[in-house]
Amino acid sequence: MDDLSAKSPCEGLLPATVGGFTLREEPPTTLTLIAPYAGQEAALSAAMDAAHGLAFPAPNRTTGSGEARAVWFGRRQAVLMGPDAQPGLAAHAALTDISDGWAVVRLDGDRAEDVLARLVPVDLRPRVFQPGHTARTELRHMMASLTRVSAKSFQIMVFRSFAETLVHDVKTAMEAVAARG
Amino acid sequence: MRITCPICGERDRREFTYRGAALGAPALEAGIEAWHAQVHLRLNPAGSLAELWHHEMGCGAWVQVTRNTATHEMLGSVLAEDADLAMPAPETEVEP
Amino acid sequence: MRISGLGHGMGNRPVSFSFNGKHYMGVEGDTLASALLANDVHLVARSFKYHRPRGILTAGSEEPNALVTVGEGAAGDPNIRATQQDIFEGLVARSQNCWPSVDRDVMAVNDLAAPFLGAGFYYKTFMWPAPFWEKLYEPIIRRAAGLGALSGTPNTDVYEKAFAFCDLLVIGSGPAGLMAALTGARAGADVILAEEDSRMGGRLLAEVEEIDGRPAHVWAAEVIAELEALDNVRLMTRTAITGAYDQGTFSALERVSHHLPPSQSLKTAHRPRECFWRIAAKASVLAAGAIERPVAFPNNDRPGIMTAGAVRAYLNRWGVAAGERITVFANNDDAHRTARDLLAAGVHVTAVVDSRHDAPDGTGFPVIKGAVVCDTAGRRRLQSVTVRSVRGEEKIQTDCLAMSGGWNPSVHLTCHMNGRPRWNRELAAFVPVAGVVPGMQVAGAANGVFSTGGALREGAAAARAALADLGLKAQVPPLPVASEEVYRISPLWAVPGKGRAWLDFQNDVTVKDVTQAATENFRSVEHMKRYTTQGMATDQGKNSNVAALAVLADATGRSIPETGVTSFRPPFVPTSIAAMGAGGEGQGFKPRRYLTSHAAGLEQGASNTEVGLWYRASYFPKQGETNWRQSCDREVMMVRNAVGVCDVSTLGKIDIKGRDAARLLDLVYTNMFSTLKIGRVRYGLMLREDGFVMDDGTTARLGEDHYVMTTTTAAAGQVMAHLEFLTQVVRPDLDVRFTSVTDHWAQFAIAGPKARALVDGLVEETVNGDSWPFMACGEITVKGVRGRLFRISFSGEHAYEIAVPARYGDALYRALVAQAERLGGGAYGMEALNVLRIEKGFITHAEINGTVTAFDLGMQGLISKKKSCWGKALSERAGLMDEDRMQLVGLKPAGAAQDISAGAHLFDPDASVERVNDLGYVTSVGFSPTLGHMIGLAMLSAGRDRMGDTVRLVDHTRGIDTLCEVVNPVFFDPEGGRVRG
Repeated sequence: MDDLSAKSPCEGLLPATVGGFTLREEPPTTLTLIAPYAGQEAALSAAMDAAHGLAFPAPNRTTGSGEARAVWFGRRQAVLMGPDAQPGLAAHAALTDISDGWAVVRLDGDRAEDVLARLVPVDLRPRVFQPGHTARTELRHMMASLTRVSAKSFQIMVFRSFAETLVHDVKTAMEAVAARG
Repeated sequence: MRITCPICGERDRREFTYRGAALGAPALEAGIEAWHAQVHLRLNPAGSLAELWHHEMGCGAWVQVTRNTATHEMLGSVLAEDADLAMPAPETEVEP
Repeated sequence: MRISGLGHGMGNRPVSFSFNGKHYMGVEGDTLASALLANDVHLVARSFKYHRPRGILTAGSEEPNALVTVGEGAAGDPNIRATQQDIFEGLVARSQNCWPSVDRDVMAVNDLAAPFLGAGFYYKTFMWPAPFWEKLYEPIIRRAAGLGALSGTPNTDVYEKAFAFCDLLVIGSGPAGLMAALTGARAGADVILAEEDSRMGGRLLAEVEEIDGRPAHVWAAEVIAELEALDNVRLMTRTAITGAYDQGTFSALERVSHHLPPSQSLKTAHRPRECFWRIAAKASVLAAGAIERPVAFPNNDRPGIMTAGAVRAYLNRWGVAAGERITVFANNDDAHRTARDLLAAGVHVTAVVDSRHDAPDGTGFPVIKGAVVCDTAGRRRLQSVTVRSVRGEEKIQTDCLAMSGGWNPSVHLTCHMNGRPRWNRELAAFVPVAGVVPGMQVAGAANGVFSTGGALREGAAAARAALADLGLKAQVPPLPVASEEVYRISPLWAVPGKGRAWLDFQNDVTVKDVTQAATENFRSVEHMKRYTTQGMATDQGKNSNVAALAVLADATGRSIPETGVTSFRPPFVPTSIAAMGAGGEGQGFKPRRYLTSHAAGLEQGASNTEVGLWYRASYFPKQGETNWRQSCDREVMMVRNAVGVCDVSTLGKIDIKGRDAARLLDLVYTNMFSTLKIGRVRYGLMLREDGFVMDDGTTARLGEDHYVMTTTTAAAGQVMAHLEFLTQVVRPDLDVRFTSVTDHWAQFAIAGPKARALVDGLVEETVNGDSWPFMACGEITVKGVRGRLFRISFSGEHAYEIAVPARYGDALYRALVAQAERLGGGAYGMEALNVLRIEKGFITHAEINGTVTAFDLGMQGLISKKKSCWGKALSERAGLMDEDRMQLVGLKPAGAAQDISAGAHLFDPDASVERVNDLGYVTSVGFSPTLGHMIGLAMLSAGRDRMGDTVRLVDHTRGIDTLCEVVNPVFFDPEGGRVRG
């Protein structure tokens, strides 16, 4: 029996480069939503450290780097990006596979925050929103997760079904900023 | 308008959804009169009012915001879970 | 007329442009207004109502007269103020509100009829007959009056919206604004300095004076250069702050590219015309300066009559003399500077006419003290003014009158949050009241401090105070030495005399209109404003409101403070809807959610329909099918007779885990979920707290502490917020966690007698009646992918829903459809899905419309008696169980007409069709190919008692009036044998 072939959320839509800005889709990886049960925050964080080498992130922050990252994802939840969550974590938290639920893209470029200033109502000034900072906010009308990965890069996540609108909206903002020169 | 989310800090009003006055819920079995008061009766003061706002486009927290309805001055915000609005567990609830 | 050697704002490059079809030359740095004046073009516009010839009055954003249309066709922008439009090579501008030309305007006949066209004319004249207003009078009046017109074709220009944040927002870049920005910047604060002009500097660009021994504009340039070099300062030119809102939020309009030629290259094709900013500032300094007001004297609106400050600005900044023989008319010392500057530039000053007997003397020009200008002459350009003094009346030949009735501090933004300005008798002006906008300090001329030295001092102090509120300590930079000239004024609002004296140039309101309003008892300033339209044009009366209310105060025998002011509201400058709505056009109007089967559906020729934000296939036309009904009928029969596949991923899916998961479900649903067995699915109903139905759906139990809830597509977000509410506000003690997994799973319905064959053939596990009975669920493997299988049905057929991670959705959908086609079936869309569910009497949000109870739906049995639930208390109110309430019923045609329609209302056959006899309405309809006729669901008063009755169905919109029989809402297979088979 032939297996089912997989498609990424932004297949056929990206990458896109406008002026000094590039928008590309992050390679698909495992996303596990981790929501600690009552009173389990410390135990969970210790278990995550033992299993994946990173702590449960504080609100609006990320932990880890490279292959394993944890991005704060809202009240009492974070998303583990990269490795499959160690099953033992389920003793401390609700673990839910959301790998296919989100479109994950990355915006690179000098002053990429100028592009995002057209889209999100959050203060992204470099000295306020630094690498490793993250926010849940709206991007135009879409619920979004926004993370500053580095001085010149942001990770943007929206529900998978919004992928085309996300690309349209970010590209439109890239074009408007690039056209100002 | 900008609203302070106890988790996310000060954010634009557009990330929040309004519900109304922050009221403690009566017990499920409290009866029609108590629930009628809960759903329909409001003081609607021109001044300080505790309200519930949902940080729906943000972290998902329900927030009790105290606001002056006449001047729009923000007087404080706490997570709704810490605002003493909870109802008692119903008598009929299953044991886990 | 250009004066060489003057104009410190000018470049060297000549720029050619056209106005009303004629070509002119200007210089880099010119506005359209300064370039026209340099070319001695004074007649630039026709007035709103009387089509009076008008010229340029001011040099700023308050300009009421010189509104022009820039550009042509769809890209043309009407109502652009010539005083703010920088010229560029190839600029094309033309006058508005005139035909055939601004020189010879046919509608100028209105001016002759002026005695009849005063305030209230329209109200009094066009009252009868009433229907004529909308059809006849208003269209004619609208054509005769007005400003610029839109092209009527879609504008393809780009507009944008953006957000910005700062510690300190400084509004205005004159001496006070520059000093405030400098103070804030040196203290390390993030500063935004916003200036509506194309250049920073404010009045310093327009005056001849010195700061620290240097020309003021040179000092300004040095400060701006320092600010530019700092990375904590953002300079925003061409950016008008348009509104002050709660918690330090400001709106701003940036004119991004009005000053640039239309884009010729791909790189700039997406360059916005304007950007509408929302700026969140922790503190702000308003240093918006002041606006000079005209004096209302007879015929004060001729081209060539300008404000004195504007004449000075054109001379000093742009090197343009507004006339060859210029007269000054004033009630204050400041206007004498205009005469001095003109004289120094070699322009002939005929006289300074000053209404004060104690006016200062002039050097090199005569000052006529205690005198007023009481009339003027010259139709298309001022030719002379008549001066009345103790000496009697005398005529002065002059081509430009520089007038000044004093200065109004720009208090507008201080009033946007309910603040009211205070009358300052000494300044004869309104000044702001401190603290009316939280976090805002006001400095300089905006605060009534008109000397340059005072403005510098105030700017520094305001920034220091603002920063102190933020906990930042600022050193005030050494204060530069500047003029401390005292502003002396004696009020003069209107000069009596024959002829009309204009107050509001843009809306053509005269002194007589205001006094007439008072005579007719419109004595409140708000009533006067609306009766005369004073201050209601696009300039919002920036240079006329104060004079108008002074005239009203005189006419009603009250003081100005007693008369009060109208409210200043946002926006401070006219703001295009295109800018405020930027991003909301076309695809930006709302996001689109696409299914994983979207591409495959399009390949099958699917026609898509919007369901909330989702795009779903409505039907899949096959060759030979010419309308949707044929496709829909075929798809319905395909499901009833073979098997159909439909993407149902849009339904909300919420993954719920935790030891209190069952408790949460028992709280939110009317029926029990704690008793649901693992591996089973149950249908549930949830109520709002007022007892009405909120939503319905199925929830599966996948483990002891693990459920997956499905919601309707329409209410997915609402249910999610509701669960958050219940677990955070109502029962924070519940240890339960949930998240939306709607987009993670691609889920497909497989329905029909051959559904089992299809599923069994595709998944690795054995699927039969024992392993997967009705309402069973569990994990399966399909083509190597782990997924979930649910034995549930929304069609009344033996059916399943199969879910896989969304990355496999496209591939699985194609496999399912291919397999269905081999079994004699295929894909079905929303139209067929809807018919199938109506045939079974299944409800959607067409029925659960917010006014419906479980009792109304015949589902009161779903409200468990063994437990409480959210909304149960109020669902038991007597009125919500009344037998006369509208109840869910089925309808089928009984009359000759066979059509029935959704939205139609129902009546007794012998009752008249009136609201009082309304028995209910139709919620859903469809043609049932299974039964061979139309069927419908309806909410009908006491409907369950009316089974078999005939009702009259009336749809005025579609012209349907027919009879229907009331039947059981379950039209097909009421025993439910097929679904369990």
